[in-house]
Amino acid sequence: MKPAPFTYHDPTTADEAVALLAQHEDSKVLAGGQSLMPMLNMRFVVPDHVIDLNGIEGIAGIRDARDTLEIGAMTRQRDLMRDGTIAEKAPIIPGALNWVGHFQTRNRGTIGGSLCHLDPAAELPCLMAAYDATLTVQGPDGARAVPFAEWPLAYMMPSIGPDEILTAVSVPCWSGNVGHGFVEYARRHGDFAIVAVAALLAVEGGKISRAAISLGGVDVRPLRLDAAEAALVGEAPGADTFRAAAELARGIDAMSDAYVSSEYRQRLAATLTERALNAAANNLNGSA
Amino acid sequence: MADTRDITLTVNGESHTATAETRTSLGDFLRHTIGLTGTHMGCEHGVCGACTVLLDGEAVRSCLMLAVQANGHEVTTIEGLANADGTLSPLQEAFWEHHGLQCGFCTPGMLTSLTAFLRDHPDADEKEIREAISGNICRCTGYQGIVNAALDAAKTMQEG
Repeated sequence: MKPAPFTYHDPTTADEAVALLAQHEDSKVLAGGQSLMPMLNMRFVVPDHVIDLNGIEGIAGIRDARDTLEIGAMTRQRDLMRDGTIAEKAPIIPGALNWVGHFQTRNRGTIGGSLCHLDPAAELPCLMAAYDATLTVQGPDGARAVPFAEWPLAYMMPSIGPDEILTAVSVPCWSGNVGHGFVEYARRHGDFAIVAVAALLAVEGGKISRAAISLGGVDVRPLRLDAAEAALVGEAPGADTFRAAAELARGIDAMSDAYVSSEYRQRLAATLTERALNAAANNLNGSA
Repeated sequence: MADTRDITLTVNGESHTATAETRTSLGDFLRHTIGLTGTHMGCEHGVCGACTVLLDGEAVRSCLMLAVQANGHEVTTIEGLANADGTLSPLQEAFWEHHGLQCGFCTPGMLTSLTAFLRDHPDADEKEIREAISGNICRCTGYQGIVNAALDAAKTMQEG
């Protein structure tokens, strides 16, 4: 089994990659390859051109810009897990990455690849939705910034043109008395989540001042639980408050598939949201 | 005409230069071009783990990488795990002792994965080892012998 023939390009700059995309109509962008390579091997995709981003200088790495993490799109998932700044300022990220595939796939898989592939059950899009991250996309006319809320257009379809590449992700970290929780249920370790929940909480003067709850696996895109977030703000953190807020997850529109019904996803969403909120409350005084 | 590249990579300490069709996976290149058939191609879409090799020391799926992407890099396969004098590594020895294999198809991936994992996590417990090999599928052993072998190898390597 091997991919159908294609022409391989390995640009060394983002400009060169964008020019190649503009020049070649039927092309695919290769990042870590942990999703595209299986699709090529099985000939689900048969592009004429493959544009490999692995040789591009300057689009991998993690930079701490005050309270924002600037993460290059080609940063490997492994490097996100090993980075000291992320561990300190956004510890939910390395924790959640334990759920992404297996350590062998995380050694190649990238944050940008996951965000562009945009599997509805993937952990990184779920996290970026919780943080309201901003994505930088480069095209022939220069770079543009896309708020994560506007990134998913439809099922596995990000807001990126055929001649654009994702170059960076900005993650605004929370400061003060903050906590984080990430929980997920999948049938086997390393499988895509049936439901995943990322929760961030900030507390001021004994009351919740800010909350973000993001659900993966329930909808075609990561789903923010706006109603539950609003219900939490102004309340004191506690098990009853969390249970009441999590109950709101039961009313979401949830996908069904051959294995998992919509009702089961709704139940899981409520249970896992409650667990994620309790986990977040248990590590308040940390960072998120 | 097929799109090809001339590539040079180090495999198990030895430099190889060859022509690769750009669509060829690293795994197929190792097997068919270099002739190292110890790396097993199983599912060829990243699920079974049999084809795992070390790329610059890190465990990766050789079915999910193009051979051209390994140009200039260092690859270690199952053939490169034994000691220089040909004796087995502590992990290989432990697989032998603990019945860590039966048909042997998954073994190259198990050994390369665990070689990297135990190097980075020398104190790994059973749960961590099971999680580490959760991306390596074995249909013969039920994993018990593999886990016992990994635990025993970790102990041997720590005692040095």
